[in-house]
Amino acid sequence: MKLLPIGILLLSCVGNAASASTIFITNEKDNTVSVLDSETLQPIKTIPVGKRPRGIVITPDFKEVLVCAGDDNNLDVIDTTTLEVVRHIDTGPDPELLDIDHKGQHIFVANEDDGYVTVLDRATGKVLSEIEVGVEPEGMSVSPDDKLVAATSEATSMAHIIDAETFEVKANILVDTRPRVARFTPDGKQVWVSAEVGGTVAVIDPEALKIIKKFGFKIPGVRPELIQPMGIEFSNDGKLAFVAIGRANRLAVVDTATYEVKDYILIGQRPWHMALSPDGKKLYTANGLTNDLTVVDVQSLKAERSVPVGRLPWGVAIKP
Amino acid sequence: MRISSFVRSLATRVRGIGLAPLLLAVMLAGAGFAAAETAPAADVAPMSEAHPAETPPAKPHLVTAIVYLGKDYNEPAPLSLVDKDVKDRGIQGARIAIEEDNRTGRLIGQEYKLLEAIAPTGADVAAKAKELLAAGHGLFVADLEAPDLLAVANMPEAQNAVFLDMRTNDDSLRQEQCRANVFHIGPNWAMRADALAQYLVWKKWRRWFLIVGKTPADEGYAAAIRRAASRFGAKIVGETVYSFDAGSRRTDTGHQQIQAQMPMLTQGVADHDIVIVADEADIFGDYLMFRTAEPRPVAGTHGLVAVAWHRSFEEYAGTQMQNRFEKKTGRVMTERDYTAWLAVRVFGEAVVRTGNNNPAAVRNYLLSDAFEVAGFKGEGMTFRTWDQQLRQPILIAGPRALVSISPQEGFLHPKYLTDTLGFDAPESKCPLKSQTAAKESE
Repeated sequence: MKLLPIGILLLSCVGNAASASTIFITNEKDNTVSVLDSETLQPIKTIPVGKRPRGIVITPDFKEVLVCAGDDNNLDVIDTTTLEVVRHIDTGPDPELLDIDHKGQHIFVANEDDGYVTVLDRATGKVLSEIEVGVEPEGMSVSPDDKLVAATSEATSMAHIIDAETFEVKANILVDTRPRVARFTPDGKQVWVSAEVGGTVAVIDPEALKIIKKFGFKIPGVRPELIQPMGIEFSNDGKLAFVAIGRANRLAVVDTATYEVKDYILIGQRPWHMALSPDGKKLYTANGLTNDLTVVDVQSLKAERSVPVGRLPWGVAIKP
Repeated sequence: MRISSFVRSLATRVRGIGLAPLLLAVMLAGAGFAAAETAPAADVAPMSEAHPAETPPAKPHLVTAIVYLGKDYNEPAPLSLVDKDVKDRGIQGARIAIEEDNRTGRLIGQEYKLLEAIAPTGADVAAKAKELLAAGHGLFVADLEAPDLLAVANMPEAQNAVFLDMRTNDDSLRQEQCRANVFHIGPNWAMRADALAQYLVWKKWRRWFLIVGKTPADEGYAAAIRRAASRFGAKIVGETVYSFDAGSRRTDTGHQQIQAQMPMLTQGVADHDIVIVADEADIFGDYLMFRTAEPRPVAGTHGLVAVAWHRSFEEYAGTQMQNRFEKKTGRVMTERDYTAWLAVRVFGEAVVRTGNNNPAAVRNYLLSDAFEVAGFKGEGMTFRTWDQQLRQPILIAGPRALVSISPQEGFLHPKYLTDTLGFDAPESKCPLKSQTAAKESE
């Protein structure tokens, strides 16, 4: 009697494991991380974390999810098997966004209240360096070859290109007002920086340390001051960029070869950060004001579904 | 607190202070000027060994001095004992902004210094301004009341300077008394009244009972309320003047008298949805709440207020500003600290972007399409060309929490939604308007 249901349960688990991945979403206002199954979009668990969780990444070995708990001044480390916070890493004041190198060793954290980028050793939690940047650092991206880190400082309106080995700032590049997010393209040849109040995206050549292109967005019926680019995500082949336009409640789809906007996809309110499914077919956006997650099909560029998560969803990370 | 985090926070404090001597050293190495100008250099801690190597600052090639021109006015203590009687409102915001300007400047070879020129009570601030202008200064943050601001701005020597007014509310300074060399950072009475009116109309609280104090400023604000009512379809169903003599803010048995006085003041009025109080002088406004004859909410200068800044505001990275301010000053950031902070950031933004600190170039840039400044309101803020007032969203706040942000949904404008607040171009009586119009048609 008892064996049969367990057998079915096991089978169903195996069945899911082939395609389903696990989605982690930080809920800034709830102090939780929602965990969803990508197939069913049903909640698996809601994990209590530290105060004001925002930035979230998964380690390259997929064993840990790192969450910036801004008001606790540390990173909460979630074990992706047990779905529990297993340790904390002290980050210094107000961590907001973070990235991890592709070896999974060094964590780069923007200390928003403090004007520093803190470099942490993942294994020991030790502070390796504190790199002084501008006021209100936020965006953080490690290059695919782990040689460079791009950061932004919102109140200084700058992108900072940092040597990921010496931890020295190579260049401070003035961009438009309140840069929020920096992302290396998958080939590592460009850094895209979104300026929330400026309403533009600057494309930076990280070798030449120069802006090579800057473009804005025009959405019919939406006032220019409400066009505020935020999160940036590239398709796996690097041909498309998705830029969340927070207050316009849309995703802009940009052709990375021409920098032209191909489409605007209407989703939930105030989308900020996004993550791509491991197979690159779906994009998940965290929508702060509607408290939901929207699934966008990358092939058809259609918003397929929105599912409720916690309050003020902020960032997304995905485990295959 | 874990020990490690305690050590970390200690280290943070050390490095936070560490920046001050660095800046001061750089500045002293520049053009000769009095050491009293800026940077609280006290309690300088040596850089600890754990301090990370800093990237060498670029050599400054453009040094920009911003003068904070103020006067020690005899301001009454706040009516509520809950509010601290703060004497350094404004300048503390400017000090933080100059650090931020320098954080940016340092990375691009620019340097900013703040000259604090605060005249004593009763002094002739125009004479002080004359000296500063003669010394070649042209960028001023004006923490001055309207008569002093006009006295300074009207001087022939001041015509090529730029004054960022971060203090006045007076509508007349945006209208007939506007000046080409004065830009206004904070919202004036008309903007505040419109911001509040939009919210009240959105709530369908359209019947207003207006209570006005006895000072000219109270009447100025009341006039803006009457204008807002007619603009947005509200109705002033009753109006009265607060004619009681106000007492000192501290009395041992004061509440009994007030408890008797406020119902008398508010009784026998036509049906109203809300009491609007115009008490700029802060003499009685706080007494109205919970004491009116009818159980009605209170808005205006007290109760529900329309402000540029409030401690309860946290959106659009406002939290970071609140935290930065409190960490540095040990007190809450007031509206005047915010407008001073914003004024210094406006100058910084203009000079960082153009690399030119000539006052004429700064003025042109502030009026150009290229200019915008961020101030935690979720959108870039720009100046109206017709009266040089900064257009901005306005916070609607209760005593302890943010209630809303105006403009409200549905109040439309062909160009900027924020131009539904205050004097739009067609209503402007500022003589500068015709000049801008002529320039635009050229």
